[in-house]
Amino acid sequence: MTTTHEPITTFEVGGVGHSILRKEDDRFVQGAGNYVDDIVLKDMLHMAILRSPLAHARILGIDASEAEAMEGVVAVVTGAMLEGYNLAWMPTLSGDTQAVLATDKVRYQGQEVAAVIATDPYIAKDALAAIFVDYEELEAITTPQQSLATETLIRDEKEGQTDNVAYTWEAGDAASTDAAFAAAHRVVSLDSHYPRSHPAPLETCGCVSDVNPITGQVTIYLTSQAPHAHRTLFALVAGLPEEKIRIISPDIGGGFGNKVPIYPGYVVATAASLVIGKPVKWVESRSENIISTGFGRDYHMNGSLALDENNHITAMRANILSDQGAFFADAQPSKFKAGLFHICTGSYDFGAAHVTAKGAFTNKAPGGVAYRCSFRVTEASYLIERLADKAAHEIGMDPTEFRALNFIKKEQFPYLSPTGFVYDSGDYHGAMDLAKEMIGYDGWREKQKNQDPDGKLIGIGVASFTEVVGAGPSKDYDIVGLKMFDSAELRIHPTGKAILKLGVKSQGQGHETTFAQIVAEELGIAANDIKVIEGDTDNTPYGLGTYASRSTPVGGAATAMVARKLREKARKLAAHLLEASEDDLEWEVGKFSVKGSPESFVTIQDIAFAAYTNHPEGMEAGLEGVHYYDPPNMTYPFGTYIVVVEVDQADGTWQVVDMVAVDDCGVRINPMIVEGQITGGLTEGFAKANMQWITFDEGGNCIGSNFMDYLVPTAWETPKFKLGETVTPSPHHPIGAKGVGESATVGSPAAYVNAVVDALWSRGVTNIDMPVLPHRVWGALNGVDVKP
Amino acid sequence: MYPPAFEYWSPRSLDEALGKLQELGYDGRVLAGGQSLIPMMKLRLAAPANLVDINNLTDLAYVRADNGHLAIGALARHADIVDNAEVKAISPTMASAAPWVADPLVRNRGTVAGSIAHCDPEGDWNSVMLAVGASVVASSSSGQRVIPISEFVVDFFTNSLTEGEMVTEVRIPRAAGSAGGAYLKLERKIGDYATAAVATFLDLANDGTITSAGIALTAVASKNLKVTEAEQLLIGQTPSKELFGEAAAIAASACDPESDVRGPAEYKRAVINAYTKRGLDQALAQAQGGS
Amino acid sequence: MKVTVTINGTPQSADVEPRKLLVDFIRTELGMTGTHIGCDTTSCGACTVLLDGTPIKSCTMFAASADGHEIQTVEGLKNGELHPLQVSFKQNHGLQCGFCTPGMMLVGKALLEKNTSPTDDEVRWAISGNLCRCTGYTNIVKSIQAAGAAIEGN
Repeated sequence: MTTTHEPITTFEVGGVGHSILRKEDDRFVQGAGNYVDDIVLKDMLHMAILRSPLAHARILGIDASEAEAMEGVVAVVTGAMLEGYNLAWMPTLSGDTQAVLATDKVRYQGQEVAAVIATDPYIAKDALAAIFVDYEELEAITTPQQSLATETLIRDEKEGQTDNVAYTWEAGDAASTDAAFAAAHRVVSLDSHYPRSHPAPLETCGCVSDVNPITGQVTIYLTSQAPHAHRTLFALVAGLPEEKIRIISPDIGGGFGNKVPIYPGYVVATAASLVIGKPVKWVESRSENIISTGFGRDYHMNGSLALDENNHITAMRANILSDQGAFFADAQPSKFKAGLFHICTGSYDFGAAHVTAKGAFTNKAPGGVAYRCSFRVTEASYLIERLADKAAHEIGMDPTEFRALNFIKKEQFPYLSPTGFVYDSGDYHGAMDLAKEMIGYDGWREKQKNQDPDGKLIGIGVASFTEVVGAGPSKDYDIVGLKMFDSAELRIHPTGKAILKLGVKSQGQGHETTFAQIVAEELGIAANDIKVIEGDTDNTPYGLGTYASRSTPVGGAATAMVARKLREKARKLAAHLLEASEDDLEWEVGKFSVKGSPESFVTIQDIAFAAYTNHPEGMEAGLEGVHYYDPPNMTYPFGTYIVVVEVDQADGTWQVVDMVAVDDCGVRINPMIVEGQITGGLTEGFAKANMQWITFDEGGNCIGSNFMDYLVPTAWETPKFKLGETVTPSPHHPIGAKGVGESATVGSPAAYVNAVVDALWSRGVTNIDMPVLPHRVWGALNGVDVKP
Repeated sequence: MYPPAFEYWSPRSLDEALGKLQELGYDGRVLAGGQSLIPMMKLRLAAPANLVDINNLTDLAYVRADNGHLAIGALARHADIVDNAEVKAISPTMASAAPWVADPLVRNRGTVAGSIAHCDPEGDWNSVMLAVGASVVASSSSGQRVIPISEFVVDFFTNSLTEGEMVTEVRIPRAAGSAGGAYLKLERKIGDYATAAVATFLDLANDGTITSAGIALTAVASKNLKVTEAEQLLIGQTPSKELFGEAAAIAASACDPESDVRGPAEYKRAVINAYTKRGLDQALAQAQGGS
Repeated sequence: MKVTVTINGTPQSADVEPRKLLVDFIRTELGMTGTHIGCDTTSCGACTVLLDGTPIKSCTMFAASADGHEIQTVEGLKNGELHPLQVSFKQNHGLQCGFCTPGMMLVGKALLEKNTSPTDDEVRWAISGNLCRCTGYTNIVKSIQAAGAAIEGN
């Protein structure tokens, strides 16, 4: 394994590898953040949305007359009204259409039916109770299995749709996989439901839409992780001229994929502002956020591994039935209907795999790709790591030994997987060995062997994930046709400071700091002297935004490249200033000097000044550039997480008593920030493994649509983590960084579940689906079938 | 998200408050901590026409040892009970429960009396009160009466107050001999309601036999449930593993839990069984330790 | 009705309906948006303010009940210079998106006033009414402890 990256800059300059303090913190710790709900415009109106209480029903009529007559109510908008503007339906990010306000039917509980625009948010909410909708209830389809079996069509409005199937998809090779299974010495299988979950960032979604009636300028302050893409989509959806639309994504209170889709509320608020001629603010409540916005997961997975007589994996099969909700609205690269699920072969070396996927419509909110999933890599990684553990247990082999036997070896990179991914670099044995050492793995196994069988049961769970991020190369990746490059624009001022503008958009990941650090590394300008701007489509280069851990791999690369472009021009300026030839100059961070005469040098600050005051004839003045980066490949962060739990046999509760997470995300720009991302992700993984999910009853009622029922762990339940690192740089990335935002949500759930199952394996328990609730543990221990 | 409109009254004295409550009858509700009422109003599950805010009646914000009992005034917050030495001395069951009510912020504002009057079967305090044999002082503009807790907790969100009455004090009796108590709560996370919880109380005579016993359950019936049969079993007996096991089995079968997202009824009964045993063990250890 | 509060040391009044929640009063009538709204079931603590020095959830209180009382919000932490908590949250990466941060710091302040060297568990217990989705809490705990040490050192 490789060592930590040694910084080449001083801490004061703050290049790559330094844990410099975050530049954005000053405003947040003083309560001076600028979130969408903080924005107040003159004459601003407030919007509230009326939502369907039923999961599936025909709309026979809507009577809004009482609401319209209320004092303070300016307008009530219905689907029928939007039809007149061709806005009742809009395209989704997956090539389907989605209702903005329901017209014919409601298709999930919580679906948008009408909107009230009022002078005060309290009045707007009051008015909702004065809108009367006549519903005719229909069969509520609450599982994909029911969806495929029933005659009832959810998408009866969709031309050519004769069933409830949203899509089918396939990856890998059936023939070679079937052959391997036929010849297998042992087959290990697992049926698992990765339940519906929701990112629930602490700030909900919302916008302030401001259409200026005189200039026609549309300014939308939006909780957006992808402002440029959203602007283009708004132009296409609403038919508004793109150059008149300005989207400003200000401070965002967490995204996690929840702020990637375009929600009906944004469209209605913008339409209302257009018609009324005043700004309209819409900020959803938490209950609205969870019941209607983009959820994550809800994959019913059946996976199998074929093993030979030496316990080597020879092939993998995975069949997925996906619960897509009422519309196919996944935010994912258009070519991949199941996202990047086909990374499900994970960290293991074998030659054949076959993945089949089918998406089913149900009477639930649309979505599926969200919540730090790297486009379904969470589901894939969970499946393979549960299967690997199951295989080890069925064989009677230690789970780390099984993994070590089957890992792709570090000499094998770049590695072509059976489903077509080219893994850039890795050292899986190194990460796992470090994790085992840090947690004292052998000591815990010993303790487990000697435990009191009537006391708390010790379980040790391992997960060695490989994930794929950095979408993505233009030959394979696009979202609604927009290729997934990203961009950076850099200008160095006469006094040697700089401004960097990005196509990505932070929601807490610290870009104002980390991206400045990349420039600091390349040019030697102190990170604290580099202003970073994101989120304003009028003032930043076009980018696809921040999600699926793509900012560092793609945006970070663009930043390094534009800085290098400027360094090349700086070299020319230096040559001019030093009256030397370019070939005679050498670069050391922050300055060019003449080879052999180190006392003859100019600093980057000297050069910057010269760019405006003393540029050579024939050269453009200024020191500015832009780079659009098309990544040649994805990046493949990896790691091993080990969790030790104790299970209480009487009430089924389990506690994490020890945990180590070793991550390898290549070069770490700011180690402190990287560790923060990992810790946050390990907590979300714990949440999903322990308590957090959305479920539905038979009537299609959503259970888990507010923070009383959708459980987010507090500091008290959250385990304490020990973090370790290995560094295997990405060979194709300009600074060797891979991205890390989602590694822990991808890799950790299986570690927690593997631990609990490991504790109970000797009692005949082979699987418990997430969340591993106390009553499920108790049920497994006592042979009682508990639902849900 | 936003409550419906109401008329707001903010009396400066108890007499003024009681007079206003008399005047409003069932159209008026007391607003003390508001940590149960306001969330319900925000979800529009409750829409009282009038709120009588008693937060200015600061004389009612007391926790003190009176003759033979612990007296808790109507404005005493849950936080006032946590780490309170007097409470610990008089009622270990109450001391054990206090830290587990809601979360620290809610505890800073919510009141013990308000929670008791609310009669939510998932609320913690009424199980403690039933286990220790507490009583409630109900005041109105025509006078005052003392209501034993078992009479006060009528049913699902229903207490025995009549029009114009409000709880002004809660009284917890001081144990006679060596006492111990515990409150064991299974909750999925801090701030969640109990999946199931058990309040226990034991009072021992000098010879170590049980003179008084309390077992009451949270979240497993339509109201907080006092398991009288199990309590009667224990009285006069010498504590033993078998005895506690029997009592626990009675508690498990006496309750009537719902099968829901927190688990099937069978599971909750198993938890009641386990927690009753553990709770009695803890109460015993405390009583014997003489703390 | 007229509601008057002393907010961050300054008396402020506004005319509101009785049902106006304290958090909306602070954010809208008083124009201070550092106190945030994260849920609608009194579950998240993003709205935490100090009421007469005690942390409470301002979304579950009417402005009317705060009449005549003192409120401190995040905007009031700085007193000429940054409060030790504001310094320590920055130094210890105690925030990512910043949305839960005001609430966390105010709870931290109340805790440190009683105990300047709380243990890990004591801090976790104290902030168990405040949710964070970004950080996993580790650095929030560290930040509060570090602020305590800084306060003790003075």
